[in-house]
Amino acid sequence: MSPTDAPAGGPARASSTSPVVLTVRGLTKSFGDTAVLKGIDLEVRRGQVVAIIGPSGSGKTTVLRSLNSLEVPDGGTVTLSTGLELDFGSRPSKRDLLALRDRSSMVFQHFNLFPHLTVLQNVVEGPIRVQGRDPEEARREARDLLARVGLASRVDAWPVELSGGQQQRVGIVRALALRPELLLFDEPTSALDPELVGDVLGVVKELADEGWTMIVVTHELEFARRVADEVVFMDDGVVVERGAPAEVLNRPREPRTQQFLRRVLRPLDD
Amino acid sequence: MQSTLDLFLRSLWPIVSGALVATIPLALASFAIGIVVALVVALMRLSPTRWLRWPARFFVSVIRGTPLLVQLFVVFYGLPSIGVKLDPWPSAIIAFSLNVGGYGAEIIRAAIQSVPRGQWEAAHTIGMSRGQALRRIILPQAARVSVPPLSNTFISLVKDTSLASLILVTELFRQARQIATVSNEFMLLYLEAALVYWVVCLVLSSGQGVLEKRLDRHVAH
Repeated sequence: MSPTDAPAGGPARASSTSPVVLTVRGLTKSFGDTAVLKGIDLEVRRGQVVAIIGPSGSGKTTVLRSLNSLEVPDGGTVTLSTGLELDFGSRPSKRDLLALRDRSSMVFQHFNLFPHLTVLQNVVEGPIRVQGRDPEEARREARDLLARVGLASRVDAWPVELSGGQQQRVGIVRALALRPELLLFDEPTSALDPELVGDVLGVVKELADEGWTMIVVTHELEFARRVADEVVFMDDGVVVERGAPAEVLNRPREPRTQQFLRRVLRPLDD
Repeated sequence: MQSTLDLFLRSLWPIVSGALVATIPLALASFAIGIVVALVVALMRLSPTRWLRWPARFFVSVIRGTPLLVQLFVVFYGLPSIGVKLDPWPSAIIAFSLNVGGYGAEIIRAAIQSVPRGQWEAAHTIGMSRGQALRRIILPQAARVSVPPLSNTFISLVKDTSLASLILVTELFRQARQIATVSNEFMLLYLEAALVYWVVCLVLSSGQGVLEKRLDRHVAH
């Protein structure tokens, strides 16, 4: 599972000298008259875990989706480690959008497994059909990955036969199997029953420990505190505050951050 | 009574053979071609390009807005006057498959649109192009959704092939009509034709269950 044997992988842990995987500058996006992103800056270094937190509607999922070309921003730039710069102000080409998508792969809130394919087929579809890897080797690797997330006995099951937690672990393995440079998690535990959250977060933490670069949009503040290198707090389409988890989560400077954390941590007060 | 039963039995084989050599092959061939037409038209309807969408809408509108009998007559009796002269069989297959194409296109379009958007996104995030996503992820799921309504279309088609008797195709109903005219036993012969249609539809629609079971294998366990 370690990204070090993957071509785009990185060293065990991020530092400020690790190479930059992705730089985002001034990202803007509107849906109709509603501005959901109002100039987002973000930088991700190899091996870094960035947690994006914030209230619903703050634009955090849109940022993530933009990085996988599932949304196309209206303005701003994204610069990749390959040197490619996408300027959304001047409508990037389809090829460039695909090059951006190629750097990352996404784990969805609602898993989005392919219901007509078995667990194993879900995982190898990308490596075999898209990346053209050797089917035998891809299947072997997929079995290994599935075994490591505790699904060795479910490789031939249909998605509908799995619990939510199991489905999400398949979703994670499907993303990993593509050996992306960057993993994107869109509220990976929001659709799970509370007792299943731990399993999935455990897997994400393990990946972080192994040095995968990732951006995690999450409501799990405890997870962000323990796993993230940087916490980004977004509200109303802007980054309000960012920094080490201990700073942002324990000693937030901005009133909006303080208010959000109060609401999340003590929902029954005021 | 004796002679009624006798006539029933004697006319059974001509009617059944009309079903075997004409009604069923005509329905199967027209349906097979019609489904291909339907898929192409459905994809055109869903295309981001207006120049593909617009003709597809027009086609569906014309097919659904005109009687099948008129379509059949336009192909068989109309086209010769602009120099295109077709035999009864090709005429029937062309008219029926275009008709299935029009109705089937709407069914397939709806089935494709019923697949959740997340499936497209998951296909895209693993790097699939639009075409790949459609072939490998979306259409297999849409197929399951469209089996019951397409089965309806097929059953309708089997019965609608009786219209081909009016452009000289010697199918089930034309056989029954000929015997009825000669014997003067209209009630008997038309009920007999109805019975054979019913049995044919029963047999053919049993295929629907088999197909659904096959496509359901990832749901029902």
